[in-house]
Amino acid sequence: MNAMTGNITVDYPQIVAEIRSELTTLTQGRVEINEDTDLLGDLNLDSLQVMNFMLQIEDRFDISIPVSILPDVRTVKDLALQIERLVRAS
Amino acid sequence: MGLFDKFQGLAAARRELETIGIDPFGVEIERIISPTEGIIHGRRTILAGTNNYLGLTFDPDCVAAAKRALDTEGTGTTGSRMANGSYSNHRRLERELAAFYEMRDAIVFSTGYQANLGLLAGLTGPNDVVMLDADCHASIYDGCKLAGAEVIRFRHNNVDDLAKRMRRLGARAADTLIVIEGIYSMLGDRAPLEEIVAVKREFGGYLLVDEAHSLGVLGERGRGLVEEAGVLADADFIVGTFSKSLGGAGGFCVSDLPALDLIRYSSRPYIFTASPSPATIASTRQALVKLAAGRDLRAKLTANYRRLHSELAAMGYTLGAPASPVIAVVLNDRLEALQFWKSLVQHGVYVNLMLPPATPNGVSLIRCSVSAAHSEEQIAAVSAAFAELKSAAGIVPAELGTS
Repeated sequence: MNAMTGNITVDYPQIVAEIRSELTTLTQGRVEINEDTDLLGDLNLDSLQVMNFMLQIEDRFDISIPVSILPDVRTVKDLALQIERLVRAS
Repeated sequence: MGLFDKFQGLAAARRELETIGIDPFGVEIERIISPTEGIIHGRRTILAGTNNYLGLTFDPDCVAAAKRALDTEGTGTTGSRMANGSYSNHRRLERELAAFYEMRDAIVFSTGYQANLGLLAGLTGPNDVVMLDADCHASIYDGCKLAGAEVIRFRHNNVDDLAKRMRRLGARAADTLIVIEGIYSMLGDRAPLEEIVAVKREFGGYLLVDEAHSLGVLGERGRGLVEEAGVLADADFIVGTFSKSLGGAGGFCVSDLPALDLIRYSSRPYIFTASPSPATIASTRQALVKLAAGRDLRAKLTANYRRLHSELAAMGYTLGAPASPVIAVVLNDRLEALQFWKSLVQHGVYVNLMLPPATPNGVSLIRCSVSAAHSEEQIAAVSAAFAELKSAAGIVPAELGTS
């Protein structure tokens, strides 16, 4: 088992770091990413890019992020908290 | 933020269409002549974007059945089945649909959209997981939203991704509802149903197959992909519509599970909607008889769509999927698709224009739906219009993209 399948704890700072890394690659470093970065408003990504980003994040942490929680996710912090919750529940 | 501020984007998009002189979403068919022909902008136009797969909208027996029902049962039911009661023919159609699928029972809904909305909202709730193919129809997404269910998407037609997500659910997988479609409406591709059934057998769960575009089209008796793939018994719920191959309006769900009947009492889209009119039920019952016996119609449909698909492919167009009655031509961008659509109408061919965000992978599509009622001459004319536009506009092959 690797670190993301449940037997090793992934903590919040690690999750934020992973999201920052993925988003920095996706935006080619154009935007400084922090916890308050608005995933839709600040990054100028289209819906397809956002969906692919979510798929990558899901595979990285071996979780499924329900579409139904996405309306509550605006910032990097919101997403990191949801991922932390889902990783703990898995 | 004012009430109407949210419409600014839509208003700007519509102004842009007006500026370039194209109104793809406001087409008026001034007169409908037959299942495959109408008058648009004053000229006879071949209709190749109707989803009228078996061409039954003008079938004399279906029309006669609807007329008889109008005379004997009136124009409408004026209310819901819960409040006003069911007419005998509502129940007859439900029993006939159940018999057609060799299942215990069926529920009829007032539209195809409401069949998904009503089943999903009646069946699932906030503690349930619904596992959707990402390309599922809006009615499926909306049904889950109304239910408040936990919605997880898997990559379109990707069985490994489905299996991975079922594994992640652990014990919850056994009560998860997997939702897929027989033929996907945008690109015309089929679900890998046998492999999906294998995943269900491995992890448990329930399977809902929406056969909206495959009912009457696939399978010896027209029961859709479940019949063609030989997995009828593995589908816990089959949803379909009356508004495509059956030439009417309405939808249904069939199931062998005894709980289906209870869903009537929990489904708000079923409870709070007027039931289908007598004429609609009558034409649908007649059309179902024709559909079940319609091997000749399916043979004609298959010949028509294979021909158009192979001719468009030979012209060098990028097509969305292997041959099916839905043939999606992928164009390079939105503007190219708009111009192409307008030119087709000017050539006397009506098809559907499909643009992001309604399309998968952000592609711009010209979507044809082929009918058994198209004559060889009409298929040839549609094909000729595409050939002419290919050389005139210098269309280069587009990328289909992946998800």
